[in-house]
Amino acid sequence: MLKIVEKTKLWFVMSLIIIVIGIGFIATKGLNLGIDFKGGTAITINMKQKFDKVDVDKIIDKYAKGEYLSKTVNDDKEIEITVKSDALSADQTATMLKDIKTQFKSSTLISEDAIGASIGSELKTKAVTAVIVAMFCILVYVGFRFEFKFAASAIFALVHDILITITVYAVFQIAVNATFIAAILTVVGYSINDTIVIFDRIRENQRIMRKATIEEITNTSVTQTMARSINTVLTVLICIFSVWVFVPSIRELTFPLLIGIGVGCYSSIFIASPMWVFLKKREKKARENKRTVA
Amino acid sequence: MKKKKSTILFLLSVFVIGLLGFTGFHGFTIGDYRVKPFTETINKGLDIQGGISVLEEVQGGAVDAKILDRAIELISLRVNKMGISETLVAKEGNNRIRIEIPGKFDSKEILDTVAKAGELKFVGPDKVTILTGKDIKDATASYDNDNKPVINLELNTTGKQKFAVATQKFIGQKITIYMDADKLTDPTVQVAILDGKAQISGSATLAEATTKAQIITSGALPVTLKAVSVKTVGATLGEAAMSQSMKAGAVAILFVFLFMLLYYRAPGIIASISLVLYIVLVLSAFSAMNVTLTLSGIAGFLLTIGMAVDANVLIFERTKEELKIGKSIKASVHGGFHRALPSIVDSNSTTIMAGVVLYMMGTGSVKGFALTLVIGVCISLFTALTCTKFLLKLAVEMGLISKTSHFGVKRG
Repeated sequence: MLKIVEKTKLWFVMSLIIIVIGIGFIATKGLNLGIDFKGGTAITINMKQKFDKVDVDKIIDKYAKGEYLSKTVNDDKEIEITVKSDALSADQTATMLKDIKTQFKSSTLISEDAIGASIGSELKTKAVTAVIVAMFCILVYVGFRFEFKFAASAIFALVHDILITITVYAVFQIAVNATFIAAILTVVGYSINDTIVIFDRIRENQRIMRKATIEEITNTSVTQTMARSINTVLTVLICIFSVWVFVPSIRELTFPLLIGIGVGCYSSIFIASPMWVFLKKREKKARENKRTVA
Repeated sequence: MKKKKSTILFLLSVFVIGLLGFTGFHGFTIGDYRVKPFTETINKGLDIQGGISVLEEVQGGAVDAKILDRAIELISLRVNKMGISETLVAKEGNNRIRIEIPGKFDSKEILDTVAKAGELKFVGPDKVTILTGKDIKDATASYDNDNKPVINLELNTTGKQKFAVATQKFIGQKITIYMDADKLTDPTVQVAILDGKAQISGSATLAEATTKAQIITSGALPVTLKAVSVKTVGATLGEAAMSQSMKAGAVAILFVFLFMLLYYRAPGIIASISLVLYIVLVLSAFSAMNVTLTLSGIAGFLLTIGMAVDANVLIFERTKEELKIGKSIKASVHGGFHRALPSIVDSNSTTIMAGVVLYMMGTGSVKGFALTLVIGVCISLFTALTCTKFLLKLAVEMGLISKTSHFGVKRG
């Protein structure tokens, strides 16, 4: 039997340190908010040959009037342009691209993203509301199907997973774009699934191991489900790792997922389960206190 | 006897699933009938196939839903004229219009097409404009007394006067109606129209007359639009993403198979067969339900592959536990299913519920993710509880699984 519950403090402190590091990074470096949330325009153009960046900048400057950044990438054959929000209207951007195309005939557009500032903040609010409502529904559902303490522990673990995933974004300065929402959702979806399997086992063992303590029941349940936890997380990680290797254009999504899914598995075992024990024992203590008072 | 029957049934199932898988990924042709592979039947999002997505916002506060619908209709008309299939023009929220055009990469062309004012002109034979969109009160389509489709035109007061003067002048000559540069129709003036009500014949069908009447009434965009978001994914990026995702998917599935085979032995084979069925069913559901697969949708799909395997893992782990306490193979398989069931149902229904909430509340990529997740989890429940169970039972009966070591369990 694995001794998971006995080391609760260790697991919590470990996670806390990581989250504090994340908060530190957010406080000093901030999150690298991409244009999906901040608004603005991002353009990548393949020039197909070596070119003089100054020539392109001249065209951009005509429209963006200094409110932009441009840099050459990929062997100096591509140019990445980022324009501040509201410095260019969508129409102006389109005209600018046309101008570039006229002067550099062989160039092809790789991608263009223009997002108004108001859209960005709206996207953010809506996504956050959706996640919060989803979590609330999970709380109610699990509370109803199991008991409230299981639900609260599961949500505690979910918040933990979200915080650590955000830490990954902060530490590695990954651009926070619409894919960020997909990443958070995937981690939450995986983690809740994983947590419920363990809780289900605890619930079952509570019926079988009538004389055992809460710690024993939890440790036994986690031990019994360990092989399953590891095998499942491995298959999911195999899938995501394969996408990470073969599809470089979405590493912005797959990299945080690799860590987030791992954390989701970890939290089900080392955060959610000990948290449940903690809540359970507090309840027991409260009940005993009441009895002594009476 | 039973053993033989089970063997035949098992092999038959494997063959059918294999055939489904092959059909799904390669398609085939029998005579004139062609079964298309998934790569052709599933809608690919713009981030996978390349194209332009524009979000237009109505300027000047709230708009009436009817006016917005008319604007959408008109934009659809303009966009469809570009001759691209699978374009999308849809309402988003209550004051925005989303336009998606795959296979186009020139955002200026799209923005100009969408936002052009939509100038309606009635031009006389002397090339002088008689009426514009401002003079029109209404236009409808109907059949005339000879049962031929006509457009009924009604003009407002200013239009009535101008049209009366012009029709008196041009009796027997043609008046041409233009929408921007396109000629809509050029009726010949039969009589002077003094009351501002005219009938235009010459349409072949009522549908044609209706479309033209709509263009005449809603000629000018009823609202001023501003593009608040423009996203272009170039052809090269889109193409690369597609072929790379296919490769990634193939490698991922191969390694999941290998892992399951190495860890669970004979049951691993069964899990792999179930997984093939799962993938075929999910992709069929995507194409049947017209799901547009975007990158975030692919993330959701990958997650469900993991969850589909998870149901099998839960069953096998439970079966192994039963084997370890000394039960027979048959009893263990039965018990394994029975005991794994609550976990599978609870964990998946929680995920489904979260998915449904996200689908209802979310927009764009959140919605796409949630939809693939919910479809995937529902189908994975089905394949694990039917296909895996059925094949596992057959495998035990036919003797493919006869020793505890076939589960990777040592009894000592």
